[in-house]
Amino acid sequence: MDAQFAIIGKSFAISVTDKSVAHSIVKMKHNADKTYELTPHTLMSVTGVPGDTSNFSEYIQGNVRLYGIRNSQNLSPSETANFIRGELANALRSRRPHQVNLLVMGYDKNTNESSLYWIDYLSAITKVPFAAHGHCSYFVLSVMDREYKPDITLEQGFDIIKKCIAAVKMRFPINFTDYTIKVVDSNGIREVSMADL
Amino acid sequence: MSYDRALTVFSPDGRLFQVDYAQEAVRKGTCTVGICGKDSVVLGVEKKAALKLQDSRTMRKIHQLDQHMFIASAGLVADARVLVDMARVECQNHRLTIEDPPTVEFITHYVASIQQRYTQSGGRRPFGISTLIVGFDPDNMPKLFQTDPSGIYYQWKANSIGRNSQTVREYLEKHYTDDIGENDAIKLAVKSLLEVVQTGSKNIEILVITKSGSRTPGADEIEEVIKTIEAEKAEEAERRSSRRTAQT
Repeated sequence: MDAQFAIIGKSFAISVTDKSVAHSIVKMKHNADKTYELTPHTLMSVTGVPGDTSNFSEYIQGNVRLYGIRNSQNLSPSETANFIRGELANALRSRRPHQVNLLVMGYDKNTNESSLYWIDYLSAITKVPFAAHGHCSYFVLSVMDREYKPDITLEQGFDIIKKCIAAVKMRFPINFTDYTIKVVDSNGIREVSMADL
Repeated sequence: MSYDRALTVFSPDGRLFQVDYAQEAVRKGTCTVGICGKDSVVLGVEKKAALKLQDSRTMRKIHQLDQHMFIASAGLVADARVLVDMARVECQNHRLTIEDPPTVEFITHYVASIQQRYTQSGGRRPFGISTLIVGFDPDNMPKLFQTDPSGIYYQWKANSIGRNSQTVREYLEKHYTDDIGENDAIKLAVKSLLEVVQTGSKNIEILVITKSGSRTPGADEIEEVIKTIEAEKAEEAERRSSRRTAQT
């Protein structure tokens, strides 16, 4: 099962996903990146049925990129999240829905605000200050419930992330050795290593 | 017998009149020049003078197709909008299915084959535009291609389309050098457009694409280039007249 969670603060968003891809009892990949950069300021992390994840994400990426080129202006994080939800919803009662769980986060340069959207495979959407999908959510949400305050700084955000990772390490049966940690802010999207937290 | 009307009918001397007339429409469009350099490609367009109450930012002649690919056209602006949008979608389709950005030739081929389809299937008129498609391929080579209403496409080192394009092309043939650098290409684009555009920097728009990105020099930078060109012209005239007086 995948670890996928995120938190926002004053003008930034942090995404955390684990790096392993398993197929039955074999770990196929230990350095997978489960995030997709939709615009220079919007990031989406994806978990779910393998195949659906990359297929759906690449489709969204193409459409978001096309919008940006057509209109010389990128979609904002909220517009992107709602577009994604619409695509999921359209497929939901069709022959084959997309079985993916997403966290869409970004920094809106027009409003100077960061935002995070939790979207599940049934196309439910909600705007939240922190979120998680999957089994890790049972551990991580408790930590974030207690530690989160509005308008935290990036350092405080990293502290909370460290605590979340520690909680998963202690209580989750699967030992995740490494995580993909990305920060989205006014400068764009950058990756941070576990060591730099 | 008039062979003007139905598009799919040849005339007795082997012409498709509608295609010829479409090429006439192109010849009425504003002049556009493209120059492929060693590590850059420059597009220059003649901008129609903006009417007083018009927002000139909305009169775009150069359109972006993908991250490193741009298109400029001469002819019917509305027709251009349709082809530009089809090309934009195809760029993303290519990226989605092939996992790589498309080459300039691929998109040119796509645009040209659409233009050709409209010369053969019944009931539709051809697109009244020629396009210059420029960009960098994934192998980091700059490319310049041209399409026209008949559906053919060619690769060029430098070319121009639209009104007075013959004059500009002859100028380019005289002054283009292989492996031309970025600044020289910009100067050449401006110089060649100045041959046919009257009023200078207000009516010229330039786009420069390099491996690392693209930029649109502002009006003041173009003004600087024009000043340099005029200074060089004055120097050349000075030299010629002093040589003449020396000879007499």
